[in-house]
This record gives sequence, structure tokens and C-alpha cells, in this order.
Amino acid sequence: MATVSLKKLTKRYGNVGIVHGIDLDITDREFIALVGPSGCGKSTTLRMIAGLEEISAGSIEIGGRVVNDLPPRSRNISMVFQSYALYPHMTVRENLGFSLKIAGVAKEDMDRRVAEASAILGLDALLDRRPSQLSGGQRQRVAMGRAIVRDPDVFLFDEPLSNLDAKLRTQMRTEIKKLHAKVQSTVIYVTHDQVEAMTLADRIVIMRDGHIEQVGTPEEVFRRPSTRFVAGFIGSPPMNLHEATIDNGQLVFASGEKLPLPGQFKANVTTGDRVVFGLRPDDIYPTGHGISSGGAADVHQIELPITVTEPLGNETLVFVEFNGSDWVSRMLNPKPLKSGERVAMSLDLSQAHLFATDTGKTLRS
Amino acid sequence: MDENSAARLKRRLTGIVYRIGLFLAMLTICLPGLWIVLSSLRPTVEIMAKPPVWIPQDISFDAYVAMFSGIGKGGIPVIEYFRNSLIISVTSTVIAVAIGMAGGYAFARYRFRGKSSVFLGLMLTRTVPGIALSLPLFFLYVRLGIIDTHFGLILAYVALNVPFTIWLIDGFFRQVPKDLAEAAQIDGCTRWQAFWQVEFPLAGPGIASAAIFAFLTCWNEFALASQLTRSVSAKTLPVGLLDYTAEFTIDWRGMCALAVVMIIPALTLTYIVQKHLVGGLTSGAVKG
Repeated sequence: MATVSLKKLTKRYGNVGIVHGIDLDITDREFIALVGPSGCGKSTTLRMIAGLEEISAGSIEIGGRVVNDLPPRSRNISMVFQSYALYPHMTVRENLGFSLKIAGVAKEDMDRRVAEASAILGLDALLDRRPSQLSGGQRQRVAMGRAIVRDPDVFLFDEPLSNLDAKLRTQMRTEIKKLHAKVQSTVIYVTHDQVEAMTLADRIVIMRDGHIEQVGTPEEVFRRPSTRFVAGFIGSPPMNLHEATIDNGQLVFASGEKLPLPGQFKANVTTGDRVVFGLRPDDIYPTGHGISSGGAADVHQIELPITVTEPLGNETLVFVEFNGSDWVSRMLNPKPLKSGERVAMSLDLSQAHLFATDTGKTLRS
Repeated sequence: MDENSAARLKRRLTGIVYRIGLFLAMLTICLPGLWIVLSSLRPTVEIMAKPPVWIPQDISFDAYVAMFSGIGKGGIPVIEYFRNSLIISVTSTVIAVAIGMAGGYAFARYRFRGKSSVFLGLMLTRTVPGIALSLPLFFLYVRLGIIDTHFGLILAYVALNVPFTIWLIDGFFRQVPKDLAEAAQIDGCTRWQAFWQVEFPLAGPGIASAAIFAFLTCWNEFALASQLTRSVSAKTLPVGLLDYTAEFTIDWRGMCALAVVMIIPALTLTYIVQKHLVGGLTSGAVKG
């Protein structure tokens, strides 16, 4: 169990910067998810913490100890790889016990710890099999077992679920969450899947182009995204984002269509400002079919034509045309709708976001 | 005849044609070997007969008996040649595989300046025929005083085999995912331990096949050995074949008998290692 602290952590390959001096403090037993699109530097950051990549500048502390130049084996970490990286020539039992064998742990102790890990993950029936005889989910469990056996200070996960099919991914996600509750150690989890990050993490770190965009609880990054990028990245389906100009307390879109300026931003913008208006699909819905129907403070009614609907059973995604493009909205308790039909939509502007067009930063005070 | 029986007939005919083709190909490959064995057992008259005598009339093991009966009684120092061959082939194979492992690993795992040029350079050395090097090597070895020694021939064979072993082993290390060595390092291994515990066992079949190829190259090599060795203390089996040629005659039967003696160990070794090779390849199952 340990804290992890990154200070001005930097990675360069020659002249190409991958990670640009990031700072991050992770508390003991915290579950942190590093999330971002491909090439944002999240995996590189994780590999630097693991000691698999040298750092170009800055420092890494694990449990208050600077580990910048220590080899991976001296950092007391364990890592679950995307490819599982199980040793194909060893049985599951040998895979689980490998780190203990290298450390010279006594046979009885080793057997006991392997048995413990195997019991936690339900691997007892598989102990004498080779990795090639296991399914994807079983391999994933063995990889986690191998990580637990070491009893490390910090668990590192590098996109551990991306090789699994959708159903198994959901199932393993729950198992990882249960595992964290059980072993209670610090976890750093890299993923490009924001749903995984939201469901698992205590705090989410959103990265982009080697910088940290925002650090916050799932609730914070969802409700109060600090940049336009975070707003677009977190949430599924993504937030509707459209450029507009402020004109006398109104948002004027490129097509000439107008919406009232949400009250919470009135003090922060003036006429002529160029902004990006954002509204989550949950906050735009056919009237009477929304999450906050009846309870919302600042609801704007507008009639819009439907382009496409995507029924999902318990809800339907309704695409409506506004400002010359499709806005996605979420309809609860769905009723049948036809393409081309004009429906009354409610826009809950109290939940709207505004970002400065040039900097991408939120205009919320 | 309906469509189905026509298709069935066609399939059957194609099968027969394939088998005939396969038989002809195997015959072309196996006949010379079989001919050597047969020739070692029959008298010279039968060997030289035209048209050839396909079925041996008079089989005897005289040539084998003579071979081992010592100089002056039609024998040659076959035990010494065998020992020389074994020492030179095994030693140069071990060295070539050791260098091949180090080199192959470096090419597979590390990025360094001039990597592709060095690799290409190594491969280009394979384009030079060994015989073309024999004269310069001869002069060089005479000057260095290593002509007609085990050491000299081992050196030449290592140089001959290293590019090939590097190339082959490089390919096998590339197939071992990098993640495995990294996982091993996180599990507490040093880089060195990670290599021996994880990467080496997985590339094992590849290293074994590189070793077989290197060994067979050394075991069968004639051109260089015939130039660089002179005496019983250094001559290898292929060079020993020349002992059966005199000024005006060639003892074909004796030569074939010695050839059989040469082939048997190579064949046995290949057979033994090949079983491990196939076993290793199937149980590896790195991906899935």
C-alpha cells in the first residue's frame, strides 16, 4: 500500500515529446484511471511508473521513495498487461508462483500464497493448465492473480480489458472492482474506454497530447468538465458541442438559430464573445421523456425535426436537427417516433456548458 | 453420370496424380542416398556396370571391415577423422549458436545506429562462396600457424555459420512478445534472468533448429576443410573420402561405405532434435 507521486514527469524520444511534465498525486489505496485517446501518453506514463521506460525529466515517488532509476523489480509494483503476458511454457500455478520463485520464497509459503490468490479469483480448477488452454477471461484472471500474489504496493493495469468481448468486459470490470475492494491497494489503471474509467475509478485523469486536461472524481469530470476536450471525451453518447456567438443575452449559432444564454454564464461573457455551447444528451429530450422532467430549473422548449432514432429498449437515442447538424438526445420511457416528424424538445439549460472557443477552457466560474 | 459422381471421380483422380507426383519427387531425393548405401555393399564391377544393376547380386560388408582394419590393409584412420569431425563441428556449432543468440537477441530487441546496414552486411557475407575464400584463408592460416589445426577450421566454420544463426534466431526472438520479458522483470527478474527464464525457453525450438543447421554445415563441409587441413590430426570425414582416390583408381565402394558412416550420426542427431523441435513448436502457443 502506498502513495504515488509524479512530479514534472517528462518523456521525450529524441526531439519528440510524449509526456510533457505532468504532476499527479495519488493517495494510498486510491483507484486512479488514466484515460485519453490513443497517443495521449497514458501508457507511456504507466510504463514509466513501472520502470519499463526511462524518464527524461522529473521524478516518480512510490511510498515516499524516489524510484526514478530503480529497475522494475525494485519498485514493488505489479502490472497486468493488455496482452496478459502469461508465460506460455508454464502452467497457471507456475505463472502465479513465478515472482515468488524468483524472490526465493519457501515452497510452503509459495503454495499458500498461490492458493490464496487462486481462491480469490476462482482459478482452482485451472491451476495445472497452460495459458494456451484457457479462454480470454480466464487468462485475464490469471494475469490478475499473478499481480496479487506479489502483494505489491501499487497495481498497474495497462488496458487489461481491451482484448475481451463486450459481455466479458463488463463482467471482468465488476471483478476488478470487487478485487480492489478486497485487496485494498493503490491502483493505476490505463484505459481508452471512458466507461471503464467512470465505473471503476475513485478519480479519473484525462490526458491529451502528453498533458493532463483534468483530474477529478467521475462525477466531477462528467458534471463539470474543465475543457471542451474533456466534455467531448467523457460521456456516452458524447456531449453535443456547437460553436456560437453571444449577442445580447442570446447564443446565436452559425445557421442563425438562437438559444437563450444560460443564466449561470451571464456574468462571464459579453456580446461578441465566441463560445462553444455544450449540452449532454440527457439534458435534451422530447418533452416529458427526460431524466429531469419537471424538476429542471431552466428549461427551454423548442420544436425540432427528427432525423434518426436508435431504440435501445429502455431508452431511445433521438437525433434531431439543429444548427444544420444532428444533436443527439436521450428519450426515457420511449414512444414510437418517425423520421422527419417534428417534436417538442426540452433543453435543460441549467445543465449547459460553455467553453471559450480559443482556449477550450470552461467559462463556468 | 450425375454431377456428384463426376466430382467424386475427379477428386479421386487428382489424388492419384498427386501421389504419383509425390512419389517421383521423393524418388529423386532418396535415390542417391539409397544408391550410396547399395554401392557400399556391392563389388566395383557391379557399381561400374552399364546398364546399371538395380538389384544387388552380391552383397558383402567387406568395405566396412576393410575401413576399420588399419592402414596397409585397405583401411583409413576413420576413428581419427570421426573424432576431428565431431570436435570441430560441435565446438563451432556451440560458438556459432552462442554468438547467434546474442546477435539475434540484439537485432530482435534493441534499436541501434546502423542496425539494418549491419544486418544486411552480415547477410551479404553469405553470398561469397566458401571456396573463393579458401586460397586467401590458406595463406593467412599459414602465416598465423593455424593451418591444419582444429582451431583454424573451427574459426572458419564459426565465421561461416554466424550470419545464418543470427538471422534464424533473430526471427524466433521476434516471435516472443516483448511483454513477456517485461512481465518477468516486473515479477522480480533482472534482464538476464528474464532472458533465461522466459525468452530463452520460448525461442528454444528456433535455437535448436539453428544449431542443427550449423552442425550439418560443419559436418558436411568439404571445400574449406580440404584446403585448410593436411594431416590425420585435423582432417574431417568429408576430406577423408579423398583417401580412397589413388593416382589411377578410385575405390568407389570404400568411398560409399565411408559416406554411410558419415551420414548415420548426422541423420540420427537430426531425427532426435527434430522431435523436440516439433514438440517445442506446438506446446509454445504464445498467441491465442
